[in-house]
Amino acid sequence: MMFIRSFMFFLGVLATFLLGWAGIVGIPDSMISRLEPPAGLKRYTAEQLYGRSIYIREGCMYCHSQQARPRGFGADQERFWGRPSIPADFTYDRPHLLGTMRTGPDLVNIAVRQPSEEWQYLHLYNARLVTSESIMPPYPWLFEEKPTAGPGEKALALPDSVAPRNAVVVPTREGRALIAYLLSLDRTYDAPRSPK
Amino acid sequence: MTEQANSSMPVENQSPGPSDHQSDEDLRIHIDDSATSPTLLFLATSMVWLIIGSLFGVVVALKFSLPDWLGSVPALTFGRLRPAHLNTVVFGFVSLAGAGMVIWLTGRLCRTHIRWTGLLYISVIIWNLGLLLGTALVLAGYSEGMEWLEFPLIAVVPVALGFVLFAASILKTFANRSVEHIYISLWYILASLVWFPILYVIGNGRFYQGVSQAAMNWWFAHNLLTVWVTPLGLAGAYYFIPKVIGRPIYSYYLGLLGFWSFALFYNWNGLHHLVGGPVPTWAVSISIVASLLMFIPVITVAVNHHMTAFGNLKLVRYSPTLRFVVFGAMSYTVVSLQGSLEATRTMQEIVHFTHYTVGHAHLGVYSFASMILFGAMYYILPRIAKWEWPYPALIKVHFWLTAVGVLLYFVAMEVGGWLQGMAMVNGAVPFIDSVIVTRPWLWGRSIGGVMMTIGNILFAYHFALVVYRAGPIRFAPGWVRKAEGQTS
Repeated sequence: MMFIRSFMFFLGVLATFLLGWAGIVGIPDSMISRLEPPAGLKRYTAEQLYGRSIYIREGCMYCHSQQARPRGFGADQERFWGRPSIPADFTYDRPHLLGTMRTGPDLVNIAVRQPSEEWQYLHLYNARLVTSESIMPPYPWLFEEKPTAGPGEKALALPDSVAPRNAVVVPTREGRALIAYLLSLDRTYDAPRSPK
Repeated sequence: MTEQANSSMPVENQSPGPSDHQSDEDLRIHIDDSATSPTLLFLATSMVWLIIGSLFGVVVALKFSLPDWLGSVPALTFGRLRPAHLNTVVFGFVSLAGAGMVIWLTGRLCRTHIRWTGLLYISVIIWNLGLLLGTALVLAGYSEGMEWLEFPLIAVVPVALGFVLFAASILKTFANRSVEHIYISLWYILASLVWFPILYVIGNGRFYQGVSQAAMNWWFAHNLLTVWVTPLGLAGAYYFIPKVIGRPIYSYYLGLLGFWSFALFYNWNGLHHLVGGPVPTWAVSISIVASLLMFIPVITVAVNHHMTAFGNLKLVRYSPTLRFVVFGAMSYTVVSLQGSLEATRTMQEIVHFTHYTVGHAHLGVYSFASMILFGAMYYILPRIAKWEWPYPALIKVHFWLTAVGVLLYFVAMEVGGWLQGMAMVNGAVPFIDSVIVTRPWLWGRSIGGVMMTIGNILFAYHFALVVYRAGPIRFAPGWVRKAEGQTS
């Protein structure tokens, strides 16, 4: 009797747990995991993927979401952050970077909103150079100081107050990859029908 | 498991007759002795993570106000310290302190000595090694990139194994119990031993991709509270409130209703973190409904605890355990009701993506779970270290610093987060306004965080004094205030 009661207890807690998993993970996954990738969605290049890993390493997703909400739910549409995101937009994302925080703005279509490489580099070097009120951390280790820019490299146009003496600042390979990733974020192509 | 519905109290709480008092006392000492070393190891190492995690938290908070501070050190950048803070406080402090409490409670509630203690020693070692490795790797830049799941596999495996060994010892002890009656605290403990390993494996197993992975991510993160943090807090509250007051729990039936409605509804809550996101809307709606249904277990538990303490609440002036546990139990009611309302679409439109959510999370993990764990340690430690807390004044300082600190943090984050959200949903104002408006409140958050951290450090110091049997010798309980007639 004692054994059966314990057994029923453990069975019960196992069942409630697995039911929740099936309801909000298993069944949704079965509906959206085999969607056709939209025609306009490009696969990441090797450099963009490397940049994505830098994005993860520096924890960008703790302050920037990558999902646009529909009109009537928040001001994402009014801010021109892009059409509402659909599951298929993230076909190639692993790990997902949807995010839960907007200490900074959403980045799901940042390539469209801010396509300037120069702006992106300055902002990454120190965001307060381009937005004085920003509280984004600086990322100086994604840049290096050199006497002169090498062939194909472009030095940052830093204001005199922060520019090093007798040297220029150029992005490292990591810095270039991260910006390449950010400038690949464009989900403004037409959305195929989604199973919503 | 509800056979003796009328004797609804921890068994050892029933006042023994004068004749069997001696043997009862002996048995309790024998049980406590078997739990002493493993409990002490879990609790003591949890103190180390409490300090490390708190310091991470303070630096993270200050970086919102001083973004260039420590800005050239990659390992100390915001995006690496934040996951380090979360993982050290949740999988370090709360988990290890909770496991320590569970070991001790299981001996008491099963009325038998702890079995397979060898496994517990291995468990505490590899669990801590996993934490150390995981924290170092996240700071070095090897995060896996999903919130609450940042630890790389090499750190996840030892933590998971540590948990399984711990669970094996607890289940073996449970199987050898010498009581018929299984008290409410044990239901929560036993359920968490089943839930946590499955959750942890699915979460870290990398079975999903794209948006499915996001659904899994928030099922995992929210369920970590369901299957582990909340059961620890509730097991503690259900045990220590009646224990210190010396009255049985108000209603066993309410306990039963509370437990099973908790198990049924809480598992479905996670997707309220993706409201408005690219997830099937029906699944998000289910999570919102389930979040609202949490009113049932929460109010049930609140009524049960309140009615137990009713008329005896003045004891919180004397007993450190009761003071911390009651504060934690009240926070549980507040944070849960807040969470249910916060999950609705109306609220999510504004507070999703803001500091509001972070404030809510701290009310749960600190004000509820951690405060109950502090209360539990105030009770357990003198009994296993055989040494009273030497400085009652220090307990008082610990309480006020942490209680005021967490409330200040909470209020600052909720107000700041709300203003941030209101600015964000207003398409007419520039985005940067949603940053500027939070500035004073982010300072408030840092001040609250510093207060909690100082309180935590004082507590760890006091903890060490008891372990090393330092400070004045006391022969009576270290009550925060002298009770009538108590002389020492």
